[in-house]
Amino acid sequence: MSIYVNKDTRVIVQGITGSTALFHTQQMLEYGTKIVGGVTPGKGGQTVEGVPVFDTVEEAVKATDANVSIIYVPAPYAADAIMEAVDADLEMTICITEHIPVLDMIKVKRYMEGKKTRLIGPNCPGVITADETKIGIMPGYIHTKGHVGVVSRSGTLTYEAVHQLTQEGIGQTTAVGIGGDPVNGTNFIDVLKAFNEDPDTYAVVMIGEIGGTAEEEAADWVKQHMTKPVVGFIGGQTAPEGKRMGHAGAIISGGKGTAVEKIKALEAADIRVAATPSVIGETLITVLKEKGLYEKCKTK
Amino acid sequence: MNIHEYQGKQLLREYGVAVSKGRVAFSPKDAVAVAKEIGTLPIVVKAQIHAGGRGKAGGVKIVKDLDEVRAVAAELIGKQLVTHQTGPEGQEVKRLLVEEGIDIEKEFYIGLVVDRATDRVTLMGSAEGGVEIEEVAEKNPEKIFYEVIDPVVGLAPYQARRMAFNMEIPSKLVNKAVGLFLGLYKVFSEKDASIVEINPLVVTKDQRVLALDAKFNFDDNATFRHKDIVELRDFDEEDPKEIEASTFDLSYISLDGNIGCMVNGAGLAMATMDTIHYYGGEPANFLDVGGGAKKEKVAGAFKIILSDPKVKGIFVNIFGGIMKCDVIAEGVIEAAKEVELQVPLVVRLEGTNVERGKALLEQSGINIVSADSMAEGAKKIVELIG
Repeated sequence: MSIYVNKDTRVIVQGITGSTALFHTQQMLEYGTKIVGGVTPGKGGQTVEGVPVFDTVEEAVKATDANVSIIYVPAPYAADAIMEAVDADLEMTICITEHIPVLDMIKVKRYMEGKKTRLIGPNCPGVITADETKIGIMPGYIHTKGHVGVVSRSGTLTYEAVHQLTQEGIGQTTAVGIGGDPVNGTNFIDVLKAFNEDPDTYAVVMIGEIGGTAEEEAADWVKQHMTKPVVGFIGGQTAPEGKRMGHAGAIISGGKGTAVEKIKALEAADIRVAATPSVIGETLITVLKEKGLYEKCKTK
Repeated sequence: MNIHEYQGKQLLREYGVAVSKGRVAFSPKDAVAVAKEIGTLPIVVKAQIHAGGRGKAGGVKIVKDLDEVRAVAAELIGKQLVTHQTGPEGQEVKRLLVEEGIDIEKEFYIGLVVDRATDRVTLMGSAEGGVEIEEVAEKNPEKIFYEVIDPVVGLAPYQARRMAFNMEIPSKLVNKAVGLFLGLYKVFSEKDASIVEINPLVVTKDQRVLALDAKFNFDDNATFRHKDIVELRDFDEEDPKEIEASTFDLSYISLDGNIGCMVNGAGLAMATMDTIHYYGGEPANFLDVGGGAKKEKVAGAFKIILSDPKVKGIFVNIFGGIMKCDVIAEGVIEAAKEVELQVPLVVRLEGTNVERGKALLEQSGINIVSADSMAEGAKKIVELIG
């Protein structure tokens, strides 16, 4: 088992003919992902990387029976691409695109109300279920199949954590990058809930960063509902106040959303917090041993 | 992106929001001319820098006659104004806003922000104006009122009205306030602002409702569709290295330490800074080269780091996903050769095309210390610079 995606997930790539999308379509196919189609308006009828291209998402879904899409469409058009995926009733759409205007995302969120599609991202690395399907831009080779779920606001920091787990002999079920933007589709709580319900996931690594209060809210939820151990890390502990650190999300203002506050909230929910990003793996192992889960989580 | 108060007020005028009479001045002579144009006394002279806290720092003066306008303008222009937001070195004043003096009856606060908790734009208002709103939020949260705005409908008149009544704006002026709030939301949504803050909003003795200050912040991700806003950018207010970085579309922030950092991804970049700190070093910058960067962009990033005289060593920490390690390697090699690198360089590569990237670095003949993990890399660069 896993969450959100598995070997049977049928994926279409929105914006498939762009150079980044092409490269990653290749990489996803190599990993074994079932890419059944692509969409680029005006390029319907072509074939790239052995994948048929369609003019609209609706058409692609009809022809291929896809249930998930991944979006590489450039920022000025990305909000529109998300709405097109939602309109086609896909189960999930994963938006890799960064730099989408925040007011566009506010409209997208409003548009999605009452619709069934789950949005992951934007500005995220995607979702991977180890050895089954990779729907995103993460390097595939660092992942191994196992029993730890990973959820993170930061793309590259997710790779860092997963890489450590693999090196320490701890495999993963699913790794989900929820993205660093202030307005996004899926939050920590959504993913934690899914991991909590997944019988194959025994523990979760949650990686947050400064800015906003998503980590604090997640900590609250964990305290009340989570039955599995959670290990955390908060990036930006030494970032100066009021400076925007690349992610629109990562800005501290008015003393809110600081690393200190977040770490305090996590610890209050019995989430062990790694002091540096380099000891996320070690910290998890310590907790797994304490809970008697280490042997079950260790990859043979 | 930030703009000056006088630019913000001009924008407000275009959207029918009432502001006090006044204009920008670049010299004492200019300032006197503007004061004459206004034709009433007293006159307010306000230093135009992007940082807040100007009033307390002596950057806002009320003057009684034209000679004093000249004297105050001469004093302010060229002055390094130090406020709680500028840092100890302060910011040089190059522009002034010369305005009519207003007879204030009462001060209020009104602002618009993107609220992540609701995924909506929110109107915030309070009868406690002219003071630090963060302090009010902390000590008397019940004194701040909120209206969550539906993006399809926009700010509804009933919401603006409820806000005005909640803020205890005098009944007969509520309609004026409502008009002002609707104008604020219009400019916010049409220009892709991320913050608009009027502190104070005032009711005058002659029963006008005016925006006495105007703080705008625009969404950098949306400036592509607002050429008019981009033209308002004042390069004097920004770090030259940050300006250079923005031409390469890099996310760069200058810091106080001596270890230059080049990282992909904002989260990993912050974590790298944290790790350097953990091993006793101090980062000289935050630099996220972003996703699909080209060789030229990487080389540009490298040169910007080296243009900082504080930098005594560089740590490149890349975990390639969308970013390919070989592209990073090519950019680093090109830049290092061009600038004849004199300081220690530690490189940690992992992820997409890592083997190709490592091979390129090895064959380059450049003196590079390689590291297998972020911790090892951070430790090595801290040791190398002593």
